[in-house]
Amino acid sequence: MTTIASRIDGAPHVTFRKVQKTYDGENLIVRDLNLDIRRGEFLTLLGPSGSGKTTCLMMLAGFETPTSGEIRLGDKVINTVPPHKRNIGMVFQNYALFPHMTVSENLRFPLAIRKLPAAEIDKKVARALDMVQLGSFGDRYPQQMSGGQQQRVALARALVFDPELVLMDEPLGALDKQLREHMQIELKHIHEKLGITIVFVTHDQSEALTMSDRIAVFNQGIIQQLDDPTALYEKPANNFVANFIGENNALPGYVESVHGETCQVKLDNGARVQASLGNPVKRGDRTMLSVRPECVQLNVQSLGCANRLGGYVREVIYLGDHLRVRVELAGRKEIIVKAPAAQHKHRFDMGDAIHVGINPEQLRALDPAIGAPGAAP
Amino acid sequence: MREDNAMTQLTATLPRGMAAEAAVPLKTQLRRAERMKKLKYGALIAPLVVFLLFTFVWPITALLKRSVDNPEIVAAFPATSGLLRDWDGRSLPSDAVFASFADEMGKTRGTPVFASAAKRLNMELPGFRTLMMKTARAMPPTDGQTAREAFVAADERWGDVATWQYLGRNASPTTARYLLASVDRKYDDAGHVVQTDADEAIYVAVLKRTFGMSAVVTVFCLLLGFPLAYLMATQPARIANVLMIFVLLPFWTSILVRVAAWLVLLQSEGLVNQALRAVGLIEKPLQLVFNSTGVYIAMVHILLPFMILPMYSVMKGISPAYVRAAVSLGCPPFKSFWKVYFPQALPGVGAGGLLVFILCMGYYITPALLGSPKEQMASYFVAFYTNQTINWGMAAALSAILFAATLVLYMVYSRLVGRQELAAKAR
Repeated sequence: MTTIASRIDGAPHVTFRKVQKTYDGENLIVRDLNLDIRRGEFLTLLGPSGSGKTTCLMMLAGFETPTSGEIRLGDKVINTVPPHKRNIGMVFQNYALFPHMTVSENLRFPLAIRKLPAAEIDKKVARALDMVQLGSFGDRYPQQMSGGQQQRVALARALVFDPELVLMDEPLGALDKQLREHMQIELKHIHEKLGITIVFVTHDQSEALTMSDRIAVFNQGIIQQLDDPTALYEKPANNFVANFIGENNALPGYVESVHGETCQVKLDNGARVQASLGNPVKRGDRTMLSVRPECVQLNVQSLGCANRLGGYVREVIYLGDHLRVRVELAGRKEIIVKAPAAQHKHRFDMGDAIHVGINPEQLRALDPAIGAPGAAP
Repeated sequence: MREDNAMTQLTATLPRGMAAEAAVPLKTQLRRAERMKKLKYGALIAPLVVFLLFTFVWPITALLKRSVDNPEIVAAFPATSGLLRDWDGRSLPSDAVFASFADEMGKTRGTPVFASAAKRLNMELPGFRTLMMKTARAMPPTDGQTAREAFVAADERWGDVATWQYLGRNASPTTARYLLASVDRKYDDAGHVVQTDADEAIYVAVLKRTFGMSAVVTVFCLLLGFPLAYLMATQPARIANVLMIFVLLPFWTSILVRVAAWLVLLQSEGLVNQALRAVGLIEKPLQLVFNSTGVYIAMVHILLPFMILPMYSVMKGISPAYVRAAVSLGCPPFKSFWKVYFPQALPGVGAGGLLVFILCMGYYITPALLGSPKEQMASYFVAFYTNQTINWGMAAALSAILFAATLVLYMVYSRLVGRQELAAKAR
């Protein structure tokens, strides 16, 4: 992470300033977007469908125009620059390889447009094909290749004319799981090797966590959080991010008192717990406590925890490396626990009484109003 | 790469499991399983096949056969025809031929069979009918006279080898005469194929005109139809459906009504001329009808939907992502369209163009009503020969030429499109 961070220098590569987009004049697809994309970083725009992430990408590519605000590439405003003059590489959702051209013709296309000498074109095409390990596939038509191979060709085509910025619109969505994971790693390596800026759109959170330097989580046209994967997962800025990235247990309650970085919360079922502050909350505020399933300890492991609650086992699912346990706390509140299978050789059964422990650092008090559906920006 | 490995492993394990229970060969099992399905499908389409056989294949075959059919002479004089076919054709035929012809002439004289044979022979060689009638009256030969003498006595032309050569050429049940005539060729006296005399040669010009006019109409349909098809394919479904209704609207009226409507619109005192004069663009009415202008306008109008529909169906399948991709690669919008979109729309353009061209070649009523004699196409002559002179041979021969042209065009088209689809098939 440090090597990449050091390569990312000061001046932003792309800047969104107060960008808004609406299609019907009533609903904003993108609201007041301010975003700096650093030179050389792998930035992922993550969010559910309709959250405005693809619209952002299309505005950057030039296929959509912002309703207001400005987009800069380097220090140049590109709002009015037509897409073919932006010199931005793009990988499309279904690859959009030209079906009437062979693979190498597809790759030659952007170079021929730029009127490069034939010898240089040949060299660049060969290099790009080698980079995606398809050196011998130049004479094939796209339809004669598998999805994974087409994906590589699309990638090579977006990179062959050496753009500094490459946009990817859910490019791995059509691949099966194993291949997708393989391509994620490969993409990451290509990014590290070439040092270009990549803006990647996806709705798959694990994809985003795997590849990104930073992730912008979108919901309802607003960036909910822009952070590196670790911070995003461990310190979600609000309830939406906590629920969208990874699995989350939400425990509603009231803040009774605040002491510096921690607070005491009375849960709706009556139990009192210590929690760390996620959002600034005051005494008497309604709060939503957030804890990851793997941060909840069971039975013996819960002994050292500051918060201990009693409950009953309602369901146990064996998943090889871990157990997935559904525990019902007092007040019919259920939480999901991921327990390492190795630590629980003596398995518990349904209906068993059980102790649940959560450390305050891993129990974050969040303001339920921020990032909630329908919340004001 | 990884999936390839997985695949080989998978297929490698397959045969072992199969071999254990393969007492009956796998191919036989498959055939058995598929047979029932095939029979069922076959039964479903059988009525259609029978229908097509009776309404399409059979009539076309029968008509094509007519273009080489030459039954009259063989029917009237079967024995003589047989003898003439064996004749070397260099000198006058033997006495046996004369005798046989005299005998058969005497027998068939006055019957409709004889009359049609005489009429048929007269078609190519005017005056032959009179010759036949005259000769027939002198048959059978009087006593003490040989058949040969009787013939020459009846008309001295029977002493000329050319007369017999002519008869001999037509003594076969098939003839290329009609087909040759429809490309302005004929047999000369010696039986060689030569050009028809200039004053009789019209069909090459007619066929040229037919292809020329069809090409012009096709080009206009393409130029007018392409933008509309593109618009329909790129608009949201709601707008595309409305446009589609307008495209299909002409189909709801009879072609005759549409042609008549153009007649009303385009005549010298018609709406178009009145409007143009009212606007002050012209002083005196334009001649828009009974010339090629009228024919082109009406035919383009009538055939436009046939151009638009195939193009639309192909264009609808082309994702807008392709042009976007081209633009993102630095290609200006129009060039992207031309380099990336148009080649993919080509099968639709080809199908539409071919359809319009083929329909054009067969057009009869529109040029007949809106054109002058100079705009009449091949179908006009087909109709002329079937309705007015009852010359089935010529009608069939002209149809056969149009049919052959259609087949050639279709083959060219499937060559062109087939090459593109080859790649798609490999998927």
